[in-house]
Amino acid sequence: MSSILQASHLVKKFGNFAAVADISFEIEEGEIFSFLGPNGAGKTTTISILSTLIAATSGDAQIGGHSVTREPMSVRQLIGVVPQDLALYEDLSARENLNFWGEMYGLSGKALHQRVDEVLDLVGMTEKANQRVKTYSGGMKRRVNIGVGLLHRPRLLFMDEPTVGIDPQSRRAILDSVKALNQAGMTVLYTTHYMEEAQELSNRVAIIDHGQLIALGTQAELTRQVGETDTLVLHVGEEENLDVLVAALRAIPGVIKADRSDHAITVITPAAEEILAPAILQANAAGIKVRSVDIQEPNLESVFLNLTGRALRD
Amino acid sequence: MFRDPAALVLMLLAPFVLTIGLGFVTGRLGNSSSSGISNIRVLLVNQDQAQLGNALVQMFQSTDLNDLVDPVVMDDFASAQAQVDKNQASAAILVPAGFTSSIIPAGGETSTNTTVIPLRLYANPTDPTSVGVIKTLLADFLNRVETARVSGQVSIEQMLSSGIIQHAQAGSVGAELSQQLSISSQNTPTIPIQVQTGNVNSLKVDTLALLAPGMAMMFLMYTVTYGGRSLLTERNQGTLPRLLVSPTSSTQVLGGKVFGIFLTGLAQMLILILGTTLLFKLQWGDPLAVLVLITAAVAAATGWGLLLASIAKSTGQISSIGSALMLIFGLLGGSFFSLANLPAWAQSLAHISPNAWGMDGFTTLALGNGLSAILTPVLALLAMAVLLFTIAVLIINHRGFASV
Repeated sequence: MSSILQASHLVKKFGNFAAVADISFEIEEGEIFSFLGPNGAGKTTTISILSTLIAATSGDAQIGGHSVTREPMSVRQLIGVVPQDLALYEDLSARENLNFWGEMYGLSGKALHQRVDEVLDLVGMTEKANQRVKTYSGGMKRRVNIGVGLLHRPRLLFMDEPTVGIDPQSRRAILDSVKALNQAGMTVLYTTHYMEEAQELSNRVAIIDHGQLIALGTQAELTRQVGETDTLVLHVGEEENLDVLVAALRAIPGVIKADRSDHAITVITPAAEEILAPAILQANAAGIKVRSVDIQEPNLESVFLNLTGRALRD
Repeated sequence: MFRDPAALVLMLLAPFVLTIGLGFVTGRLGNSSSSGISNIRVLLVNQDQAQLGNALVQMFQSTDLNDLVDPVVMDDFASAQAQVDKNQASAAILVPAGFTSSIIPAGGETSTNTTVIPLRLYANPTDPTSVGVIKTLLADFLNRVETARVSGQVSIEQMLSSGIIQHAQAGSVGAELSQQLSISSQNTPTIPIQVQTGNVNSLKVDTLALLAPGMAMMFLMYTVTYGGRSLLTERNQGTLPRLLVSPTSSTQVLGGKVFGIFLTGLAQMLILILGTTLLFKLQWGDPLAVLVLITAAVAAATGWGLLLASIAKSTGQISSIGSALMLIFGLLGGSFFSLANLPAWAQSLAHISPNAWGMDGFTTLALGNGLSAILTPVLALLAMAVLLFTIAVLIINHRGFASV
């Protein structure tokens, strides 16, 4: 496979703050490549640079042989962008939105109308195509949002957290459509802070945090980094003194790392079953009710925790 | 915008409805004929009793101005002033004794020996519109007099310098010239204002024609503010960044937005003008000149709208600032009352607004003047547009278009 995107030492600073701090990577044509990282890691800023929305402070990227800094118009013809925030005209219908955006990408006449029909069918919005976007559910809006990015048949599709804030059914539909697009030959750069999405979709994953690319590879390559370890997840309710419990867990022999996230404490350990009992005892001592326990094999969550000392969903 | 009923109402219907209301107030609605400013009472005191003084009185008494002015000749200027003070007349004009001889030298006097005696105009401050009309008529008369005076002096001096006549002959030649001038001024028909307009019968100064453009200019600021707000709305709803990553340059995107705002403003003005012309038979003036003026006014207002969009951080901010500007420019610019009521410094300040320049132009056109007479306001409006566009684009480039 050849590379469709080569990013080289990308840096983006806002004042003294480095939102993107020297990122380099390549994407092979035909793969689904994910950026996995928590909110504020620099995923969207990186996408913004690659899509030519903002200029990098330094560094460059080549997409389809064109530089994003010197040849932005050529790059824009090759890429499609599905932004994190919905980018639709709410007073227009789905069909009217697609017609407008199709014209922005140079489509016109019969070819435009035909392509709009195809895209509506692809995203499952044919029946409601003539209703105003403001009447749609969140999931329906997301689907139209994706449709806009596909109109001009891009070679590389940027999808920036496309499933945020939608119902599970719509989320499932979006993930399935991403896989279908990829099977049809589209290269996808997908950003997410959901480990499950990155695991399900990606050929390769780049883990990004604080503007830096801290790991890159296939899932197998990444999980090998954490060695033969288990992830023990204690699911708790709304508790005030989780930090006390985390500190106590870290002190248990055999615990490599421990951190808290949304209503859960994640522990990396070589043998989860051996520390399960001491962990529950510590929780009881801290007055914290453990609602359920998961023992997981090494995954991207544990990779992130291992590399950063923090849980992915902070 | 066309899916936003409230905006459509405010931009297109509101100025129209307001103008209809003004039509009721000014008694225009339902009348087929214009009954705007007419029968302006002007008191004439001719102490000159010579050629030019008589010519001035004859001008005011001419049939061409029959409907416009109601001249009354009096003997005593103090009495005339008293009547003006009692609001019984719009103005009193005194032609002092010696006015004619100060302009047309008698035999033996050269131009350097005479000081021109000025006419005196005593104006009613509560009726600035009528006073404005009187001033315009006087200015026209004096322009003709001045032209003739200079022509006469030049003729005498040219003949002296070329040796055609001798100094001893200057007096008699001057008298002959002045006689010819007096004959000319007596035989020349009443100075027709239509010489400037080319239409003797249509000169009417119409209150509604002065108020309607004031309202149109004021609501134009709302329209361009709404348009500028749309730029921030695009940013907020995410469509602006999407536009900027499409194969459409930021210049095209911004240009398209600006052109849309401009066209909306132009449509608003045209609808108002056409509607009031058809409904109230308003005389806006020379159609080509009106079109040029409103094009320039809309361009300048669009510049303000774009500047607002470039500096405002939110749609709420632009709405607030835009509303304030609309009112301030309306007040300052003459939309509610004549600028003549303001002190000189305020009149100068008013011309930062497109309203003031627009009103200058519309008033000039309503008085029957043509395109050449509104060159100054048109150029000023176009210069304002260019300046504001330039500043706005610099600000947008500095902030980054995606951050607008």
